[in-house]
Amino acid sequence: MSGTYLGMPAFPEAAKKSVDDRTLRANLRHATHTIRDRRAEAVAELADWAQLREAGARIKEHTLRRLDHYLVQLEQAVTDAGGTVHWAADADEANRIVTGLVKATGETEVVKVKSMATQEIGLNEALEAEGIAAYETDLAELIVQLGQDRPSHILVPAIHRNRSEIRDIFAGQMGRWGRPAPEGLTDEPADLAEAARLHLREKFLRAKVGISGANFMVAETGTLVVVESEGNGRMCLTLPETLVSVVGIEKVVPTWQDLEVFLQTLPRSSTAERMNPYTSTWTGTTDADGPKTFHLVLLDNGRTDTLADTVGRQALRCIRCSACLNVCPVYERAGGHAYGSVYPGPIGAILNPQLHGTGSEVDASLPYASSLCGACYDVCPVAIDIPEVLVHLRERVAETGKGHRAERAAINAAGWVLDHPAALTAALRAASLTRKLHPKRLPGPGRAWTDSRDLPEVPAESFRDWWKKNNPGGTAAPAAPAAPAAPTAPAAPPSANPGSPEEGPR
Amino acid sequence: MRAALFITCVNDALHPRTGRATVSLLRRLGVEVDFPAAQTCCGQPQYNTGYRRESEPLLRRTAAAFEGYDYVVTPSGSCAAMVRDNYPRIGEKAEAEGRGGALAEAARSLAPRTFELTEFLVDVLGVTDVGAYFPHTVTYHPSCHGLRMLGLGERPRRLLEAVRGLELRELPGAEECCGFGGTFAVKNPAVSAAMGADKIANARSTGADFLCGADNSCLMHLGATLSRQGGPLRTVHIAEILASTEDEPWSHA
Repeated sequence: MSGTYLGMPAFPEAAKKSVDDRTLRANLRHATHTIRDRRAEAVAELADWAQLREAGARIKEHTLRRLDHYLVQLEQAVTDAGGTVHWAADADEANRIVTGLVKATGETEVVKVKSMATQEIGLNEALEAEGIAAYETDLAELIVQLGQDRPSHILVPAIHRNRSEIRDIFAGQMGRWGRPAPEGLTDEPADLAEAARLHLREKFLRAKVGISGANFMVAETGTLVVVESEGNGRMCLTLPETLVSVVGIEKVVPTWQDLEVFLQTLPRSSTAERMNPYTSTWTGTTDADGPKTFHLVLLDNGRTDTLADTVGRQALRCIRCSACLNVCPVYERAGGHAYGSVYPGPIGAILNPQLHGTGSEVDASLPYASSLCGACYDVCPVAIDIPEVLVHLRERVAETGKGHRAERAAINAAGWVLDHPAALTAALRAASLTRKLHPKRLPGPGRAWTDSRDLPEVPAESFRDWWKKNNPGGTAAPAAPAAPAAPTAPAAPPSANPGSPEEGPR
Repeated sequence: MRAALFITCVNDALHPRTGRATVSLLRRLGVEVDFPAAQTCCGQPQYNTGYRRESEPLLRRTAAAFEGYDYVVTPSGSCAAMVRDNYPRIGEKAEAEGRGGALAEAARSLAPRTFELTEFLVDVLGVTDVGAYFPHTVTYHPSCHGLRMLGLGERPRRLLEAVRGLELRELPGAEECCGFGGTFAVKNPAVSAAMGADKIANARSTGADFLCGADNSCLMHLGATLSRQGGPLRTVHIAEILASTEDEPWSHA
C-alpha cells in the first residue's frame, strides 16, 4: 500500500477545485485563523519557547541517529513489562499483523483511538476486508467516518466541515452504525457532542479490542503515551481486554525526562492549550487493571529510507501538532484533501514524497505546493526547516521526474544568458524595443500567469542601460572583479546555447 | 563610504525606477554607489525550482562581481535572503559532493557583506529619518523572505514612519504571504491568485493610496493583479518612497 489515495490528481488541479468552493474556503479560513491566533498566544506565554523548541529538535535528532539502540531498548522494556513487540517493514505487514491479532481474539469489532499511523497504513480498510468493523471514537474522526469522507487535517480531521454539515451527517448516518442521533438534533455544539457521547458510549462498553497509536514511546521503561482532549482515548486504552498499538519507529524518545519538553510544546502548538486534558501512559500490562494483553506494532513504512537522506530526515522529528497546517496560506486555500494523503499541509508536502516516493502524480507535485513563505518553519515546535526540505525534494523531482525536460531546457537557456551580461543586455534591449507590442494576456502555458494578472509592463530602458548612460566610467570595481572563473566541474552545458559563448547575440 | 548596488535581475529588467531611486537615496546619504556590471541574477528562481546545480554558475558570478566590496546593498529581501541563507547551503552541498570548497568559500565571503536596503540604512548607516517626503497614505506589506528569513522586523516601518507627509496604515494579515513565491505563481496559479486577491482585499480595506513593499517580485504579482482589477490602489517599492523629497517628489513617470 502506497499511502497515497488512488486516482488523486496533481496538487494544482485538486487545489483549484477547493479554491472555487466558497463554503470550504470559509470553513478553513475561520478554523485555521482561530487556532493560529490562539497558538500564538499560548506560545507567547512561555519565556523559554525558543529553548524548548531547540531542545525538542535536539532530542529528536539525537534519537533518530541512534534508533537502532533505542528501539531495541524499547522492545526489551515492553517485553519485560508483559507486552509483545512486532516489527512491520511496511503497511501491508502491519495490517497483516494487526488483523491476525484481532482475529485471534475472535472479535469482529474494535474501538480506535485517533491515530495517524493506522490512517497512514489504511488499517480500517484492511480490517473491514476481513470482516472486522473498526469504530473511530475521536469526535472529528467519527464525523469523517460517518460521512464516508477523508480526513483533511492531522489534528482536526473534519476541519472542512461546519456544524450544520455535521448535524446532517449525525442525523443521517449514526443509525446505520449503532445508536441513532436523538430526534430533532440541532447544530448546537453541545447537542452534537451529546449525540456523539451517547453513540460512542455503547461502543466503549461493548468493545473487547482497542487499537491506538502513540504520541511518544519511552525507551527506558517501555511506556507508551497518548495525549488527547476528549477522553475517548482513555476509554479505549483502559476498557478493552486487548490493546494493539501501531506506532511509527520515529516516535521513540530515550527517557521520561524528554517528555518534559514535548508535553509543553505539543499541546500549545496543536490545540493552543497549556496542557492537554488527558495524558495516558501505559507500560506493558498490569494485573487486574486495564487490558490483559498488549501488542506493540513498530512501523517503518518508508521511515528508514527517509532517515538516509541527510536533508530530508528532519521531517521525522515531526510530533504531528499540525501548527504548520494552521499557518499555511496554501493549506488554508487548497484544503487537506488536495494533498492526497492523511498527512496534508506543509508537513505532508515533505513527508509523503519521502515516505512513499514521487511515483504518483500528486506526490510528485507536493514539493511545489508551497510559496516557500516560511511560516511553517517559524511555528514548528521541533524546528523542521520545511522550506529547505521542499526545495531539496524539488531537486529530486526535477532530476528524476517526468515532464521536467522542457523546464530544464528553459532553465539552462536562461542560465546561459544570465552568465553572459552582454547577452542579457541585448535581451533586455530587445524587450524594451518591442514593449508596445507586448500583450496583457498570454496564450498557452503563459495563461497560468495572465488568467488573473496582467503581464508586467517592460520599461523603456533597463537599469543597466540607464546606469551606463548616466555614470560613464562609474562601474569600476575595487578589486578587479573581471570575468568570473569558468566553472570547474562539468556543470551541464546548456542544450539550448544561443550563439557564441563569449559575445552573446548582437 | 562605498557600496556596491546589487540591483537583482527583476529590478534591472522590469523595475529600473527602484534601482534609480536606490542610487539617489544612497547618494543623498553620502554613500558612493558602484554598479558592478558583471552581476546578473542571484540564481534564486533556479534554486527554488529545484535546479541547484544550475544556480551554481550564478553564485560564482555574483560572488565574483561583488568581490572586494565591504557593503553589497540590494533593494530586495528575497535576493538578500538567497545570498545569506542559501548560498552557504549550495556551497556546502557542492563540497559534500566532492566538488571542492571554492563555491562554499565564495558563498561564505559574500553572505555577511550583503545587506537588504532597509537593513543597510538602519543598521549600517544608522538612520531612520532619511529626509524623505511622500504626502500619501501608505500600507506596508512585509514580504516573507524579509520578514522571516532576514528578520527585518520594524526597520521598514521605522523608515516609513519618519517620512514627512506619509500616513502609514496597518495592513490586516500583514505577515501572510502574497502568493507570489517565484515559480509557485505559475505552478499553482489558482492558489497563488487566491492569496494575491486576499492580500489586495486587505490592502484596499485600509483605504491607502499605496501598497508599499521591499520586494518588487511580490509587488509585481500584486501590481499585475491590481492592474487587472482596476481601481485607485497602486504598488510602490519602499526605495522610491525613501528617495522622494520635496525638491524631487515621487512621480508616475
